[in-house]
Amino acid sequence: MEKSTKDIIQELESKDYEYGFVTDIETDIIARGLSEEVVRLISQKKGEPEWMLERRLKAYRHWLTLEHPKWAHLDIPEIDFQDVIYYAAPKQKKQLNSMDEVDPELKRTFDKLGIPLEEQMALAGVAVDAVMDSVSVKTTFRDTLAEKGIIFCSISEAIKEHPELIKKYLGSVVPYTDNFYAALNAAVFSDGSFCYIPKGVRCPMELSTYFRINAEGTGQFERTLIVADEGSYVSYLEGCTAPRRDENQLHAAVVEIVVEKDADVKYSTVQNWYPGDKDGKGGIYNFVTKRGICREGAHLSWTQVETGSAITWKYPSCVLAGDNSSGEFYSVAMTNNFQQADTGTKMIHIGKNTRSRIVSKGISAGRSQNAYRGLVRVAKGAENARNYSQCDSLLIGDKCGAHTFPVIDSYNPTAVLEHEATTSKISEEQLFYCNQRGISTEDAVGLIVNGYAREVLAKLPMEFAVEAQKLLSLSLEGSVG
Amino acid sequence: MLKVENLHATVGDKEILKGINLTVKAGEVHAIMGPNGSGKSTLASVLAGNEKFTVTEGKVEFEGENLLDLNIEERSRKGLFLGFQYPVEIPGVTMANFMKLAVNEQRKSRGLEPLTAGEYLKLMKEKSAIVELDSKLTSRAVNEGFSGGEKKKNEIFQMAMLNPKLAILDETDSGLDIDALRIVATGVTRLKTPENATVVITHYQRLLDYIVPDYVHVLYKGRIIYTGDKTLALKLEKEGYDWLINDYKEE
Repeated sequence: MEKSTKDIIQELESKDYEYGFVTDIETDIIARGLSEEVVRLISQKKGEPEWMLERRLKAYRHWLTLEHPKWAHLDIPEIDFQDVIYYAAPKQKKQLNSMDEVDPELKRTFDKLGIPLEEQMALAGVAVDAVMDSVSVKTTFRDTLAEKGIIFCSISEAIKEHPELIKKYLGSVVPYTDNFYAALNAAVFSDGSFCYIPKGVRCPMELSTYFRINAEGTGQFERTLIVADEGSYVSYLEGCTAPRRDENQLHAAVVEIVVEKDADVKYSTVQNWYPGDKDGKGGIYNFVTKRGICREGAHLSWTQVETGSAITWKYPSCVLAGDNSSGEFYSVAMTNNFQQADTGTKMIHIGKNTRSRIVSKGISAGRSQNAYRGLVRVAKGAENARNYSQCDSLLIGDKCGAHTFPVIDSYNPTAVLEHEATTSKISEEQLFYCNQRGISTEDAVGLIVNGYAREVLAKLPMEFAVEAQKLLSLSLEGSVG
Repeated sequence: MLKVENLHATVGDKEILKGINLTVKAGEVHAIMGPNGSGKSTLASVLAGNEKFTVTEGKVEFEGENLLDLNIEERSRKGLFLGFQYPVEIPGVTMANFMKLAVNEQRKSRGLEPLTAGEYLKLMKEKSAIVELDSKLTSRAVNEGFSGGEKKKNEIFQMAMLNPKLAILDETDSGLDIDALRIVATGVTRLKTPENATVVITHYQRLLDYIVPDYVHVLYKGRIIYTGDKTLALKLEKEGYDWLINDYKEE
């Protein structure tokens, strides 16, 4: 672990050097390691109220009693939690003067993904001129939302400005007692997003973290809270298809979604953290807890495209607490080289007539390991619950692995639960057919993989879907031939 | 256009092609017939570059180039098309998207700009009419859930889209009813020009009623043992292969 952390940092540093960047930017970092003092310091640096500090400390004390989970189908190197830096103030981004100064490899990736130039500049940290000022875009955007009473800001801001909402909802879906990383996150979370949609309001635009990604560098321990009040609707996009590198190797985010009566939330995410190099060196460890609770008649849909990180541990889940509520989970998880992913979902049926649907598409290439882990639980009182699960695995090459761990726990005899699973390989015949039409093997694999993932990609908002498609092909580069 | 000399090919330890000689010129139609297992489909696959087979001896010249030096997609981009006996399914990839990539790859190799969406749709409409292909099929996944007839029509549709110099059609008539056969065969005939050539592999004379061959070759045990004109196909239909095979055995 320590070695790989250094590798990443070194890589970034040498890159900096290579392109002649100046590195004398002031950073506000506290010493390595975790203690009560560190938790207090984080809270203090963020200027938090006393009640927030109390919450953090409670979580920290609980975390001390926990052990690192071992159940996942992952080979996780020993993590020394005293060797992690828990707080680094948002670094001022190095301002570049033009696209010419951007790492050519990064530029190549941007081009392949088809990201518009302005967006490329913003992502790469190039100074943006007044004409297409992102600040003005952001302001207009905020005004439109404010008119409808929608709150969309950083969680730190929300703690100060909307304490009543934070007190009510933060930790209500994922309490600090939930698991090892949820406890850690609750103690040291750096920042994240908060979103509140008032009763009966349909959010007029897709809320994207992209709009605030430059405002504050998103942290290592991100915390997101989305509250959709009665009868409201929001489509929320997290992440970005552009490659994200970070010198912090350990990432443990928590996302909580509260879907009140008859509300509808669609949460889409594309995760493309640095996966490590071809030999499996470096790369981000991504341990995420994502969960939403649905009240009566509410609906929550998770869509995820996971291509990044060295290790992914993530199970976006739905607690179908209210009667007639429904949850969906659509996932494409792709692993290449030495990546490992253990991902899936939990559908907890508590209310009557609750429905859930799971469509998981795993793609493994190289020497990677890809596991689907799912739980469908039907509680005693959940009359007429229905679940449909489909878990498909696609293998590319013969050195990778695909694993499926579906668990069904049903305590109500009226439940109707279906599970389908397939494992397939890209066949020589398919490749020959494509080649014969003039399509190169690399393009053919991209085509076949995108076809395989189509059902899930179709759930993503349009522009996101197009980028995600390209991302899948790009992440497979070098996996064949 | 195509000159095959003493071509030998194996799969595993087994030699399937044992010295094929075949010359195809622009504007010609050749039919290759022969009993099951004589190596007809193998010849088609080897010419297309299928890596399942190993060429052990011989030369193949295509448009003045050594065909055996080129990989599968390069052969395709040079204008060699294979109509598959068993077209492969590609779930989730629409026919329209599949062909768009194929057409644009071919254009790229010729230094042409990719087609705009409008141009492409127009081309697709025009070409699908040639084989009376239901326009809905192009929005379905490649060959997925297609009937036998639709799959074969779809092969000829792709041929029309790619406009190859040399088309090798491997048992395009197998599994077709009379109407589908007529449509497919008429489609192939309509695509014929003095600049291109067609090699049809078939078991049945009935296809050759529509696609009139200039030469009919009989392939047996990995060699072309007899070449004649279109009347040979009629004779084979009536009398079978025995007279030829017997002759060959006596040699």
